[in-house]
Amino acid sequence: MFLTSEPIDLAGFVREARPGDGAVCVFVGVVRNESDGRETVAIEYEAYGPMAESEMARIAESLSRERPDVRVRVRHRVGRLAVGDASVAIVVTAPHREEAFAACRAAIEGIKKTVPIWKKEIRPDGTGEWVDPTQD
Amino acid sequence: MMVRVLYFASFRDAAGCDEETRELPCGSRVSDLWATLSRELAQLSRFPVMPPAAVNREYVAAGTELHDGDEVAFLPAVAGG
Repeated sequence: MFLTSEPIDLAGFVREARPGDGAVCVFVGVVRNESDGRETVAIEYEAYGPMAESEMARIAESLSRERPDVRVRVRHRVGRLAVGDASVAIVVTAPHREEAFAACRAAIEGIKKTVPIWKKEIRPDGTGEWVDPTQD
Repeated sequence: MMVRVLYFASFRDAAGCDEETRELPCGSRVSDLWATLSRELAQLSRFPVMPPAAVNREYVAAGTELHDGDEVAFLPAVAGG
């Protein structure tokens, strides 16, 4: 399972390296307090659950297929998150740092492009705004 | 034939519901369903081109033919991470 409505347990997530691993690369996305100068007090994440699961599995599997010694694990939150909460965590284990960094970067970029997850930024007055990255 | 249409995020706000069942003529394609929905839902008609679509939880091309019982979703620009 890649989606979770519970806080992401980062310590538990990072713990597992295999004997042949020399690198663990971690990316954590967190909720920021502003967006283009507008204050954000929370973000509500929504997913097309079953499809988001299969898309994240596809991304992780395709990276491991390219490099069989690279293992990619992903967790993405859904629900309402406060500023500073972790929204996504990616942990890559690999024999060396080069492939660990590369796979970690590829994983987050892939997630942002194809996984059906949406976020609504909540303003201090309680109103919300769906984020559309294509409208920047 | 009947298909199940799912709405998420801004499209749910536009449609006013999470999902609905639609009757379509046999042989309808994904683009035909989008044309119908964007005609009926003013909020969706502002999208000049068809957004990405999924049938049974897989991305598909606009020309994909629909079948009875399919689960169809038009996806607003994704914003995970």
